[in-house]
Amino acid sequence: MENEFLLHLVRWFHVLSGVMWIGLLWYLNFVQVPTMPKIPDEMKPAIGKHIAPAVLFWFRWSAASTVLWGLLLALMQGTFSDWLAIGLADGSSVSAFIGIGMWLGLIMAFNVWFVIWPSQKIALGIVDAPADQKPPAARRALLFSRTNTMLSIPMLYGMLAAQNPPF
Amino acid sequence: MKNPLESLHMTVGMGVVLTVILIIVAQAIGG
Repeated sequence: MENEFLLHLVRWFHVLSGVMWIGLLWYLNFVQVPTMPKIPDEMKPAIGKHIAPAVLFWFRWSAASTVLWGLLLALMQGTFSDWLAIGLADGSSVSAFIGIGMWLGLIMAFNVWFVIWPSQKIALGIVDAPADQKPPAARRALLFSRTNTMLSIPMLYGMLAAQNPPF
Repeated sequence: MKNPLESLHMTVGMGVVLTVILIIVAQAIGG
């Protein structure tokens, strides 16, 4: 019973963190990036200097938090190895759904911390870099952010299908 | 050639295609 309650709490933290992470990812891709060309030049620094750095702070830490709570949840349930093996070890579609979802989430979190954030630091001028490095860094950040948006669709499906299989 | 990820519609479309592939693979693994 105690363990069930802890599992319940850990799952809640995992979902809360995940909603913040994917919410901010979708804000960036569905709202901020497409709206930037319509914003007058004199107003653009409000996004680049204030809003985007705040978004990226919550974005990368909610990504880390989602992964940590998710891995803890898998370990506490004793299903970690079955999920890691995407159901090939236990022959279960539930493990396949959540395992593939877990791998997609891990790839996405890797992209956040090791590609998108370092590239955004250059593009937004948070770190010193030559001016000619900014456009390629911005493009790299955009393409990896779009990759994560694409992967978020099957990732979330896998997470939900494990709770409520389609067939 | 333009990278399909530059288009938001293509990004979402490819995400849906990947979801269909996920369903097929997961069902195949589960037998």
